[in-house]
Amino acid sequence: MSKIYTIKDSILEHRLFINRIVIAFIVILALTAGLIVRLVYLQIVGHEHYATLAKENSIKIKPLVPVRGMIFDRNGKVLAENTPSYNLEIIPEQAEDLKNTLIRLQQLLAISDEKIEQFQKQRRREKSFASIPLIIGMTDEEIAKFAVARPFFPGVDIQVQLVRHYPYAELASHVIGYVGRINENELKSLPEAEYRGSSHVGKIGIEGSYETELHGKTGYAEIETNAQARAVNTVKTNEPTPGSNLFLTLDIDLQKTAYDALDIYNGAVVAIEVKTGGVLTFVSRPGFDPNPFVVGISNKAYQALQNSENQPLYNRAMRGLYPPGSTIKPFIALAGLEYGATTFAHRMYCPGYYQLPGVAHRYRDWKKWGHGSVNMNDAITQSCDVYFYSLALTLGIDNLQKFLQQFGFGEKSGIDLQGEKTGLLPSKEWKRKQRNQGWYPGETLITGIGQGYFQVSPLQLARATATLANKGEIVTPHLVKTIASADAIVAGPENHQGRIELNPDNLENIFNAMINVVHSASGTAKAVGHSLNFHMAGKTGTAQVFNIKQDAKYNENQIDFKLRDHALFIAFAPAEDPLIAVAVIAENGGHGGSVAAPIASKVIKQYLKTHAVRNP
Amino acid sequence: MPSEIRREQFEPPSIIGNLLRKLHIDIPLFITLLLAALTSFIILYSAGGQKMDILVKQSVRIGLAFTLMIILAHVNPIQFKRYSALLFSIGIFLLLAVLIMGQIGKGAQRWLDLGVFRFQPSEMIKITTPMMIAWYLAEHSFPPKWQQILIASTLILIPTLLIAKQPDLGTAMLVASSGAGVLFFAGLSWYLIVTIAGILAAAAPIIWHFMFDYQRARVLTFLNPEADPMGRGYHIIQSKIAIGSGGVYGKGWLGSTQSELDFLPESSTDFIFAVFAEEFGLFGCLGLLSLYLLIIGRCLYIAAQAQGTYSRLLASSLAFTFFVYVFVNIGMVIGVLPVVGVPLPLISYGGTSIVTLMAGFGILMSIHTHKKFLPS
Repeated sequence: MSKIYTIKDSILEHRLFINRIVIAFIVILALTAGLIVRLVYLQIVGHEHYATLAKENSIKIKPLVPVRGMIFDRNGKVLAENTPSYNLEIIPEQAEDLKNTLIRLQQLLAISDEKIEQFQKQRRREKSFASIPLIIGMTDEEIAKFAVARPFFPGVDIQVQLVRHYPYAELASHVIGYVGRINENELKSLPEAEYRGSSHVGKIGIEGSYETELHGKTGYAEIETNAQARAVNTVKTNEPTPGSNLFLTLDIDLQKTAYDALDIYNGAVVAIEVKTGGVLTFVSRPGFDPNPFVVGISNKAYQALQNSENQPLYNRAMRGLYPPGSTIKPFIALAGLEYGATTFAHRMYCPGYYQLPGVAHRYRDWKKWGHGSVNMNDAITQSCDVYFYSLALTLGIDNLQKFLQQFGFGEKSGIDLQGEKTGLLPSKEWKRKQRNQGWYPGETLITGIGQGYFQVSPLQLARATATLANKGEIVTPHLVKTIASADAIVAGPENHQGRIELNPDNLENIFNAMINVVHSASGTAKAVGHSLNFHMAGKTGTAQVFNIKQDAKYNENQIDFKLRDHALFIAFAPAEDPLIAVAVIAENGGHGGSVAAPIASKVIKQYLKTHAVRNP
Repeated sequence: MPSEIRREQFEPPSIIGNLLRKLHIDIPLFITLLLAALTSFIILYSAGGQKMDILVKQSVRIGLAFTLMIILAHVNPIQFKRYSALLFSIGIFLLLAVLIMGQIGKGAQRWLDLGVFRFQPSEMIKITTPMMIAWYLAEHSFPPKWQQILIASTLILIPTLLIAKQPDLGTAMLVASSGAGVLFFAGLSWYLIVTIAGILAAAAPIIWHFMFDYQRARVLTFLNPEADPMGRGYHIIQSKIAIGSGGVYGKGWLGSTQSELDFLPESSTDFIFAVFAEEFGLFGCLGLLSLYLLIIGRCLYIAAQAQGTYSRLLASSLAFTFFVYVFVNIGMVIGVLPVVGVPLPLISYGGTSIVTLMAGFGILMSIHTHKKFLPS
């Protein structure tokens, strides 16, 4: 304050100051220009790049999962459906005091600590606005209890989720199969875009083989999200296409009849509609309840199924392989007629055994004292082994194999299920390749009565029976009748696969012999014949579980149940115009006529009863 | 210069002119500041999620700030000069108080809780430091000599270091530049300017050594934001996306997806320029920069017209500091400067900074409207 300036000082000082002001302003302009250059770089040069980034930032694609198609039987009964499952879910950020909420919920609904822990684990992984399940699959009681207390639990709510349900449980488990959580291998092989939102995939059975149709097409929603991935706004939606509904050829009531008829026996019953190839029953007993597989079966339960003596997970109908036994005899007889190796009327003597020339070994007949003089009709009706030893030897293994192959033995039936077994129709070539051994005449003999290397699945046996009943028109079994999508109903797999040229006279003879099996006094299945008001053609069979020593007497009652022979029966009806063909295998059933035949006859009777109304 | 004063003195009295003179308001500055406030409202409405309560709070602050500006405009610059040293000392004392018993806010000690509101002494020191330096240099002959420069530098360093210790790098830098601005306008020789710049460059590693981890991280992030896109680099990357996606014409008002969807953090405060650039594009940015240049130009004009060394130095320093404010904030948002906590002046939402800024403009108006024939 005390300082006194001279005028000169003041002017100089002011000049210097103005100088600095001008310099400062120039610097400011230069720096501002620098900012502008950068802005031009970002907003003009980099605009496209940053605009793309901004868009990617905010738009997320959310898959819209289609509803899985339902599965019905031929009469429209539901075999696989989507039922609502009620989950108790909590949105942590909406719950006022999560800790307290959990404690109160635990008191109200008696929730285990394990579930609380699992909830907490999941909660830590998810965003705070995500709805996290506490109880999956609430009971009615839990729902009722919570519904009353709901106002006191903000942020807690019951959420509905669709869960696959199989109302018939173990009855049709091997046909329908089940869906289960997608595993790591499937994740790699499934189309990623289609399964982005799906948690389940068909594993086996129809669920597995018709996965594409049942799954439907996944839709998507373009959702604008914020930095925390919270959905803000839906920009665009492409609705999902629901999965197609499948209508099967299967008759679930008939399936139940067959399943129940097996009763104490493990085994399989396959019934095929002769004219169409549609599978009417596809029983493998015991079955298993597929429902636990949907939500995730516990390891313990799974081990129990795996280790069960009765092997419920084993699909006997198409994976179980058995010697066809005497059920093969009508086919061998037909081969004999077709190839001119014998005639229907030709007679031979059965002493109860057969011997190859110059060999001491006696090939036994099941009837120790023999059938006496038999022609082809007798041989089939009474199931004479000696007759067929002789015929097989006359035909030779090459002819046998060639003829039987036409009926589908030794190859897959082509049914619309995965995992079918081919079985084994032995041949010289097969034996050389597989065993590096020559073919012995004795092996031809036992092939003639359906023993030895010969192995068939119940499905193959049923298919061959249906083809025979269809007079050589080859039947391809299939399970799906129609596929009904939102905009079209299409038929299932095609049936026709060609025909076997057969002499109608020969066929008629064989049919008659098979009718006699059921309806004549000497027939091996005469016990079921009495109760039928139509003609059923059939053939009994027994498949040896173990070899009986020479001259040893086989006594059903004395040996262990598990070592008893398998009982087999094939049949079709009405014999004059066959509609249904059936193959039955009752494991350890002992005798085809007494155990397997009644099962087949029950199925056929029930089928014809309902069918006669529609097809008078 | 005398002619200018005379013109004003003998202008025929009009009602409005009289009123304005009585209000001590500089019309060009006042109008440009109002425009800035209006811009603030417009962009805050969008950046703040279209909530009215933010606008209400901001208008209360702006109202307070304008009131303070007008009050200060009425104070004779002689009074500022007289109390410069006292105010500076109080400021230093309060900074010490903050350091000792200050409250923790955002991990930094910056506030003093006065019950009714929180007071940031560092804001006050932004103005009292150039006042102090201007007062000190004005007391001595021109241009400043070695001894005065040394003392002035020390006076600048004391608040700078105290604020840096809080730690508030942005404010510390602004305080330092406001003091340095005074020295520059006082005619610091170019030789010295170059020397000091050289010393600072050499001291960079030492400064680095004394920096806090988060401050170092910011510098590193600035150098390479993509190295940590989800962590420290996130701010800058999202900010650049916002600005770049705005393009030449912008996405239109309320059209910002980056801030609307919360990708851009602190979109209402330090990073509001990114929202502005996204919505109004390059043209909008040029407009805003022009508005700032108008304000700065007017302030420098006022400085050039000011009477007395103290007024000139203070006015020019305040103008310069305002620019530093703008440059540092925009530079940081567009990714050419490290992220330091400096709001966009007059536009950003929030606390004391707008009050301090308007106080500075009040002082400028006071300087411009209290001119006399003789220097004090």
